[in-house]
Amino acid sequence: MAILIDKNKRVLVQGITGREGRARTRLMVEYGTNVIAGCTPGKKGEKVENIPVFNTVEEAKEEVGDIDISVIFVPAPLVKNAALEAMYAGVKLVVIIPDRVPIYDVLEIEKVSRITGARFIGPNTLGILSVENGVLGMIGGRAATASTWFKKGNVGVTSRSGGITTSIGYYLSRVGVGLSTLVHVGGDAIVGMPHPEVIKLFEKDDDTNAVVMFGEIGSSQEEQVADLIESGEFTKPLISFIGGKAAKKGTRFSHAGAIIEGDRGSHEGKVKRLREVGATVVDSFDDLWETTRKIVGKL
Amino acid sequence: MARLFEYQSKELLKKQNIPVPSGKVCQTPKQASDAAREINKPVAIKAQTWFTGRAAVGGIGFAENPEEASGIAKNILGKTIRNFTVGEVLVEEKLSIKDEMFASITIDDLERAPVLLFSLKGGSGIEKIARDYPESIIKYTIDINSGLRDFEALNLLRKFDIEGKILLQVSRLLVNLVKVALAYEARSVEINPIAVTEEGKVFAADCRITVDDYAVFRHPDLGITYARELDAPPTPLDKLAYSIEKDDYRGTFYFIQLEKNFKKNERYLGFHGAGGGGSMMSMDAIQRRGYKLANFCDTSGNPPASKVYRAAKIILSQKGIDGYFGSGSGVASQEQIHSARGLVKAFLEENLNIPAVIRLGGNMEEKAVEILQNYTKGVPAPVEGYTKDDSADYCAERMDELLKEYKPLKDNKKPEVGLKKVDYEFETVTGSVKFQYDLCMKCSSKICIESCEPNILKLENGAPVLAVSVADAKKGKCTECLGCELECRMHGENGCYVDLPVEDFA
Ligand code: SF4
Ligand code: SF4
Repeated sequence: MAILIDKNKRVLVQGITGREGRARTRLMVEYGTNVIAGCTPGKKGEKVENIPVFNTVEEAKEEVGDIDISVIFVPAPLVKNAALEAMYAGVKLVVIIPDRVPIYDVLEIEKVSRITGARFIGPNTLGILSVENGVLGMIGGRAATASTWFKKGNVGVTSRSGGITTSIGYYLSRVGVGLSTLVHVGGDAIVGMPHPEVIKLFEKDDDTNAVVMFGEIGSSQEEQVADLIESGEFTKPLISFIGGKAAKKGTRFSHAGAIIEGDRGSHEGKVKRLREVGATVVDSFDDLWETTRKIVGKL
Repeated sequence: MARLFEYQSKELLKKQNIPVPSGKVCQTPKQASDAAREINKPVAIKAQTWFTGRAAVGGIGFAENPEEASGIAKNILGKTIRNFTVGEVLVEEKLSIKDEMFASITIDDLERAPVLLFSLKGGSGIEKIARDYPESIIKYTIDINSGLRDFEALNLLRKFDIEGKILLQVSRLLVNLVKVALAYEARSVEINPIAVTEEGKVFAADCRITVDDYAVFRHPDLGITYARELDAPPTPLDKLAYSIEKDDYRGTFYFIQLEKNFKKNERYLGFHGAGGGGSMMSMDAIQRRGYKLANFCDTSGNPPASKVYRAAKIILSQKGIDGYFGSGSGVASQEQIHSARGLVKAFLEENLNIPAVIRLGGNMEEKAVEILQNYTKGVPAPVEGYTKDDSADYCAERMDELLKEYKPLKDNKKPEVGLKKVDYEFETVTGSVKFQYDLCMKCSSKICIESCEPNILKLENGAPVLAVSVADAKKGKCTECLGCELECRMHGENGCYVDLPVEDFA
């Protein structure tokens, strides 16, 4: 098994007829993801990669049956509507790819997710990839590259940066460390499933023996992961790198989530807290794969 | 985050029925004395900046009469406070303050909701208040749909022994403050202090609001033309970059100017990253070698070549930079040929005279590096492309070596850009594609046709025309991939030009 996505999960793509929707549907299908329907209002009857398109999620559900996961590729101002639509139609996992979703929209999605018992990943995420199982979003870009970059194995990856998710996956595979699932939690200040939520899933996953985490300054996700280790809720080896050491306080370099407010979420604090509870934190990103290889080799 | 000045913030409070001292924003000493005359009471004159702690650096003064107000305003206007040149002062009635309280609303990543903080003690920063009077603070999570109801506010304040008349005013203020935060999608709102006057009236004596950058488009009434986190007002270049990004949802383009006043040979580089996490690491790698960054830039999330091109043009418009360093996460999911093409077009048009090292690791990286290196052979400076197996550190090393070796040309001439005459053109999402047919007639390759990936060009009487409708091309069928222009430059007769205005883009 893997976390979040496997071969049997029935996947819908919202915004399937747009530029990104089309390109990424192709990736998902070719990588083996079970994409069963798409929707774009007003485009019912069309097909993308041979997948039928419907006007709404509810309609898709009536026509093709239950949907486990929806992946959203609509412009940021329309994301809230799309996410709520999916959740109210009973979809239990929603992956929100777009960047620049207004934060109050995210808060409302969060609220509805609690009401409907759904979960969401993102916004501003590259998605999730479970090696040889399926991909949600755009990790790898093309199926052929995704297949050559990521080798199957037992290390899970969770990252706050999209590009770094892919990099870690590739570099680990290159030194012979195989992967279970890669998760980009999203770069925004509020995301549906921050590191600790992903870590909890990895704990339960039989296919995952160790986790590599790319953290960043800002927010308290990494500190919460440390809490999980301390309380015994996460027991597998954790190898981590925290980015943004050189960033100035209050300045934002690209990720909205990576802004230090006051003393909270500082680089130093995160590293210290993780080391305290016994996690491995490397000082240089380039040490991540070799260090992981050594640790996994001993398991 | 889009920060509002105190006077702008107070306008929003006023609209939501939160009492603020009567006042006026002024740009000149004359306006300040007029405002003081109108108020007809002792006034406070306050520099409008984005920072707290203005009083300590002479950003606030008090005047008994209009003449004094003019003098103080003269002192404050034009002052530089932490990078920030004061252009406006707020002249307002001076309150006789008996008590100070504090209220703020921020979005809390643990609660995943807006959180109201209220303290019976105000004046200093909330960190200090929390340290000195922890028992004076209450924290309350707000429901984004229902806001804060009157009874909730009153129940919250029960913990304190506030006199009835004041209690009602404070609770009403909190209810209305939550309304302001929700209405304007604030990342944070802070009233510090809430002033209780000798007369028993409650006012918002100071206020700061920051609006969510991503929601600015829903609040045109705020007149925010630039929504980015900065610690000083945006430079013209920041604004130009922002205007390019604002309405183009294809991929991300983020740009901030970090340094303006530098010259050649002061080790400043233009930086072009891809993806936040990888960009930060790449910046570290180059800074470790003693270089400084003129700007931060990130194009990621699969941007079209046109966006990368404009980003490169903007980076290169920083005249004093000694080199161009591009490096992101190293293993990008996006198709890197688009980035390569965008860079090539910019480098050719500028006749690149500073060395460039670009790490193009990711999808189609080999092709991307080939395009980058081969198509820029004609420019004076060396251009090197690298792939995912080359670390950011190695690329920084190469940058360093090239910078030591390369002597820029003294008088570098930019080539003429564009076509002599245009026989055929069509609009694209953000520009237009143009053709000069006498050149096309001489061309045997007609390579523009096959190099157009979305297949929207065809030959008609030996010359390229659109194979789809003009409207479709403009709506996005033309992906602005730059394939036609660049392949034509290499293998055709230069009859094609993709016109992507930068300067007057807004
Ligand atoms: S390749 Fe250039 S010169 Fe040749 S037909 Fe196309 S646009 Fe004209
Ligand atoms: S006309 Fe075709 S090749 Fe030229 S920019 Fe548009 S999509 Fe690209």
